[in-house]
Amino acid sequence: MNAVLEIQGVSKRFGGVQALAACSFSVEEGSITSLIGPNGSGKTTLFNTVTGYVPPDEGEVRLRGEAIERLSPDRIYGRGLGRTFQQVRVFPRLTVLENVLVATSRSSLLHAALRRPRRSERDQAMALLEFVRIARLRDVPAGSLSFGQRKLLEIATILVGEPKVLLLDEPAGGINPTMTVQIGDRIRELNRRGITFLVVEHNMEFVMSMSDRVVVMARGKVIAEGAPGEVRENPKVLEAYLGA
Amino acid sequence: MSLVLGSVVLGILSGGIYALMAVGLTLSFGVLEVVNIAQGMFVIAAAYLSYALQRYWHIDPLLGLVITIPVMFLLGLVVEWSFIRRLKQDRVMLSILVSWAVALILEGVVGLIFADDFRSIHSWYVTATVPVFGLYVPDIYLIGFALAVVLMGLVYLLVYRSRFGAALRAMVQNREAAALLGIDVQRISTLTFAIATGLTAAGGMLFGAIQAFNADSNLDLISRLLIIVILGGMGSMGGALVASVGLLVAVNIIAVTWTPNWSTFFFFGITILVLVFRPQGFFGAPAARKV
Amino acid sequence: MKRPSTWLIAAVALLAALVYPFVFSSTEATTIGFFALLYVGLAASWNINGYTGYISLGHSAFFGIGAYTIALFATRLGLQGGYGLFAVALLGGLVAGVAALPLGFIALRVRTMHSFVIITIAYVMMLQLLAYNLESITNGPNGLGVPQPAWSGAFFNIPFYFAALVLAVGTVLLSAWIRGSRFGLGLMAIRDDEDKAAGVGVDTWKYKLTAYVISAIPIGIGGAVYAYFASYIYPQTVFDPTIDLGIVLSVFLGGTGTILGPIVGALIIQPAQQLLTLYTGNLGTAGWDLLLLGALFLVVILLMPSGIVPSLVERARRTSVREAVTKADETTPGAQTAVGGNGTS
Repeated sequence: MNAVLEIQGVSKRFGGVQALAACSFSVEEGSITSLIGPNGSGKTTLFNTVTGYVPPDEGEVRLRGEAIERLSPDRIYGRGLGRTFQQVRVFPRLTVLENVLVATSRSSLLHAALRRPRRSERDQAMALLEFVRIARLRDVPAGSLSFGQRKLLEIATILVGEPKVLLLDEPAGGINPTMTVQIGDRIRELNRRGITFLVVEHNMEFVMSMSDRVVVMARGKVIAEGAPGEVRENPKVLEAYLGA
Repeated sequence: MSLVLGSVVLGILSGGIYALMAVGLTLSFGVLEVVNIAQGMFVIAAAYLSYALQRYWHIDPLLGLVITIPVMFLLGLVVEWSFIRRLKQDRVMLSILVSWAVALILEGVVGLIFADDFRSIHSWYVTATVPVFGLYVPDIYLIGFALAVVLMGLVYLLVYRSRFGAALRAMVQNREAAALLGIDVQRISTLTFAIATGLTAAGGMLFGAIQAFNADSNLDLISRLLIIVILGGMGSMGGALVASVGLLVAVNIIAVTWTPNWSTFFFFGITILVLVFRPQGFFGAPAARKV
Repeated sequence: MKRPSTWLIAAVALLAALVYPFVFSSTEATTIGFFALLYVGLAASWNINGYTGYISLGHSAFFGIGAYTIALFATRLGLQGGYGLFAVALLGGLVAGVAALPLGFIALRVRTMHSFVIITIAYVMMLQLLAYNLESITNGPNGLGVPQPAWSGAFFNIPFYFAALVLAVGTVLLSAWIRGSRFGLGLMAIRDDEDKAAGVGVDTWKYKLTAYVISAIPIGIGGAVYAYFASYIYPQTVFDPTIDLGIVLSVFLGGTGTILGPIVGALIIQPAQQLLTLYTGNLGTAGWDLLLLGALFLVVILLMPSGIVPSLVERARRTSVREAVTKADETTPGAQTAVGGNGTS
């Protein structure tokens, strides 16, 4: 067993609110790990800390053994850690294809300035759009996509960087059951291809059916972790949800 | 040494006057999310108004405020109603462009009426002076400072001690949430903008009394006002006051100890230097990444 | 943009620009042509920074730097007027680019749009004050002259016209190249969602600063060419917010973020402004031009906030896009959704 992402003693305080209190856990390579917990338990803050958007006050984040907690979001992305946002975020005025092409895999600025996107990159982008099944919308401004289509586009965009680890913030939130099944299916397929997932999700059915491991957070720290079945039986978890 | 003390006093007094001109800018930004580039031109227009009242109808500039404040208030109503409220998206950016256009139109109108000769407002209290630490401070600075304190005090009471103010502060916190709570966002916006514009009547009268002006002066003035507001931390009233007094004291000290030529340069220079180390200004919250 | 019609239009436009000064050879006509092309260059250059969505109201700082560079260089070295001075104009661009590095560094540090705008305005005021105060170098309020060429009569304007044409074409090509590159795509991604852009590997800080510096260079060259054309410069004529107004109005009228927009905008605004000053100047009233420009600006922003070019493109495209999305929604299983986002965690 090999931990690809390790979070150790990460704390973050916003004014008077302790959003994360010495939070620690790790994600096994090749797993689908779910992060659950009541609203306000610090899940999204943890995502922001891990991906470089919010620097932690204390603690360490290691990706494949290397410390990343002081890197900027673009550097962390370059190291192979991608994320999606809870409120799905695409570039509304760029076309679907351009959205995917924006994502760069480790190319320098000079490189970017001198080059137009190559044929091979376009092909790769189109392949990713095929993969999430929105290829026919390639020339449409992303702003006119439906919510579910945006989620798929966001995933396709993140995949350009060939991430080793993907952090998804509520992939099943706000979409209809058919779309949920489709997204779940894509996640499993990517997992088979070797990508590790850390997923924040409220849809318990989705969590229990997808995950290898479940980590439960409450008040900024981890209160339980284990296989889906174990976590479900854990009295502390029930208490956290009901007592919150 | 006493010269320096005198310049500190002068700096504080004129700082108060500048704060009065800047406070409307802060209010509009906080409540309407509007950066009002026309604020400088409103001040100049108000100065012309006071000038014209005195010149053609012999109305004392201070007394004339009874007329100029309502006139400027109305102008604010009209501008907000016809242009500002039409901006739905990208309010900050589009408001900069729209208010700039308003300033241009107003500058054109004023230019057509008064040409570009420099004017100034005269009165006995503009020429009379009081000695302060070896400097002769014109009475108008003392009157101006007192007027600024009174008017800003009224604004303070309005914002922090009234129902209107409570609604206004809710909007500063979160425009959408305030609308959901049943606050008439549109009405409060219009009134706030009109009040902010009404205040320029006093600011303009004082500005016109302490220096000669023409329509073109609005560019230099709005740059200064924006710098004060940004240094104070956009949207913070107290911040604008502190920044205004601080900058004018510093600039006045430079003017008497070194050379007045460079004082304006440092007005901008000091602010930019501060922003290098503290990008959010004195009292602003740091710009967070949107996550 | 690869459609042959695009190239055809470009070729026709270029041809028209080439023959214009020979068809309309009066000094007034070539002066109008010069300013129109100069502003095409300035607006296209400004728009490179504009791709990021950060609106600079202070690029006349670079215009002035370019203008002072050529004036100082030519007078100090005792250069003669002539075609050679156009090479010195390039130096103006270089100096402007170098100056843009620290200026951009500071302005972009404050990560908010309004602070950026305000600081860029302050730059123009500061540089104008520097030009006034550093009298030993800039000759202060008395201004500086640029050595004049021996060209005479109606021909005088012709070399300047073609210099402006070269600047305009070069800058438009540069702008078009950047827009088509990965770099340009990154800039527009920053405009749409800066933090998201960082999340997909765009080094936003470096991208923004690079765009800012690049956009200063052709404007610096433009300032130098203008100074040479005008023969004499003052602090208030080259570090002048109305230059920014001309640029920004052109870009917004034509459409931000497009290649064609700044061209169309500048070709409308500049001739209009020149003609206006030509006629109202005779009336002896300075107010009308400001009033009309302001009114035009208001109309553009309130009625066509995205500019002429995008509005037209959008009108043509809207119907086809709507069809494509709905069709895809019907054929993608479960793609139709109604619900928005939900609570925070």
